[in-house]
Amino acid sequence: MKISVADVEYVARLARLELNKAETDLFAGQMDAILGYVEKLNELDTADIRPTSHAVPVENAFREDATRPSLGVAKALANAPDKADSFYRVPKVIE
Amino acid sequence: MKFQPVIGLEVHAQLKTGSKIFCGCSTTFGSEPNSQTCPVCLGLPGALPVLNKKVVEFAIRAGLATNCTIAHHSVFARKNYFYPDLPKGYQISQFEDPICRKGWLDIQLEGQGPKRIGITRIHMEEDAGKLVHGDVPGLENGSGVDLNRACTPLLEIVSEPDLRSSDEAVAYLKQLHRIVTWLGICDGNMEEGSFRCDANVSVMPVGSDTLGTRAEIKNVNSFKFVKQAIEYEIQRQIDLIEDGGSVVQETRLFDPNSGATRSMRSKEEAHDYRYFPDPDLVPLVISADWVQRAQKELPELPEHRQQRFITEMGLSEYDAEVITASHELADYFEECVAFHHNAKAVSNWLMGEVTRALNDSGTSIAACPVIPRQLAELIKLIDSGAISGKIAKTVFEEMWKNGGDPKSIVEKQGLAQVSDSGAIEAVIDEIIAANAAQVEEFRGGKEKVFGFFVGQVMKASKGKANPAVVNELLLAKLKG
Repeated sequence: MKISVADVEYVARLARLELNKAETDLFAGQMDAILGYVEKLNELDTADIRPTSHAVPVENAFREDATRPSLGVAKALANAPDKADSFYRVPKVIE
Repeated sequence: MKFQPVIGLEVHAQLKTGSKIFCGCSTTFGSEPNSQTCPVCLGLPGALPVLNKKVVEFAIRAGLATNCTIAHHSVFARKNYFYPDLPKGYQISQFEDPICRKGWLDIQLEGQGPKRIGITRIHMEEDAGKLVHGDVPGLENGSGVDLNRACTPLLEIVSEPDLRSSDEAVAYLKQLHRIVTWLGICDGNMEEGSFRCDANVSVMPVGSDTLGTRAEIKNVNSFKFVKQAIEYEIQRQIDLIEDGGSVVQETRLFDPNSGATRSMRSKEEAHDYRYFPDPDLVPLVISADWVQRAQKELPELPEHRQQRFITEMGLSEYDAEVITASHELADYFEECVAFHHNAKAVSNWLMGEVTRALNDSGTSIAACPVIPRQLAELIKLIDSGAISGKIAKTVFEEMWKNGGDPKSIVEKQGLAQVSDSGAIEAVIDEIIAANAAQVEEFRGGKEKVFGFFVGQVMKASKGKANPAVVNELLLAKLKG
């Protein structure tokens, strides 16, 4: 096993996912199978190949530094579960 | 045991673009919360970021000015973490392939030679939003999120751990601050957070070459606080080690009110960011041509200009540093000197009267009502003996308030210096006749009284008598 139950629990915590025991076991098995499959690539010699960051050979997509109208406060907050004044409202964050 | 502090700084400089790094929303500071947002910077599903070209140009400029290598190929990456001010759940930044690497800056502390501070990397990223607590109605039991700042462009400039004291750290920061404002890529406003810094601080026994465990102090936003925060943190770590404890690697927050740093527990488990290349943004390829063009367009840098003012114009090191505090001030200075070749006098006026008037009225040098030619002419009038230094200040005030050339002000108000010995002699005779007692004191050996006579003569001539002539004639007459 490349992926342990502990690995799944750790990744789930980072992603704020709550998994039960059955799910944790299921995903550990599935993720292990996926990684095992991809591991085939290690049979190739990739010493002189730069890691691929993007699959499509496109580079340098820019926009000029020009402003465009924003949504406006009403629209920006329209789907907010909670708001106060012009702010999104979230549970108190204490530093 | 004696300890050696080791400090590295991460500076965040907000770039002076009109629009955000990945969308067209404005970057204006202080607008109504959430009024400068759109699907991209709100992180709405399906919205796609497009890179602002000016951000790349500014990053190249910063890299070249700090002696970095500009990467031919660079990539944006997602830094994943959860926080209410981060709508997407990740920050777009750069990780393995930043745009600039391996630069340096020289710093100089008073009475010491220059010291080279390494720059590890400079990368581009987006800022997060802002959290608001307290005084807003409806937010008594919660926090408010304002996403106007989300997605504004930042450069993160990371130094090597080459700094060895809080003074070196501040000198490095000031040098960097001068460069980014000089280049016109950052407004440098520390109060608004346009230039802020995180400090990595550790200590090790003197003579050791193994770095101690470091603590990271977050978001310190003034030169004074940086010094305080670092000094507090160094002492805290030394005390801890001397008491038999050990430093924990953690994020700490500086509290300006107490001058202390304290642990930020919220960041404890957030250190696994799971960076990966952002599939929404294509790789950035910067040609040698592009770099060359940027190099050509780079202005003369402040350090070079400072040296030139010392070697070519004969300014002192201190004066040259003050005059090159900003591009505009240095330009103003050079324009003045082109009209009248007395660099020392021009720098004295700029650092004295001009700075005072600018500060008092909250004006920037770029908007100074007295233009360089006029200031140069004023100094020319002093140097030729046409007016005294004291009268010049009166003339300057008039130029500042109502405009006009110094020569015509001097003529109109009859301020020209009187060097004619006949006229001055007449005044001196009157003063001597009116102050017989003081004359006796002087002749009796009380030479301090001389100052009294000079004062009286200058007063009677409304400050216009040439002081050198006054001194000479007065002394001769008093000695009888």
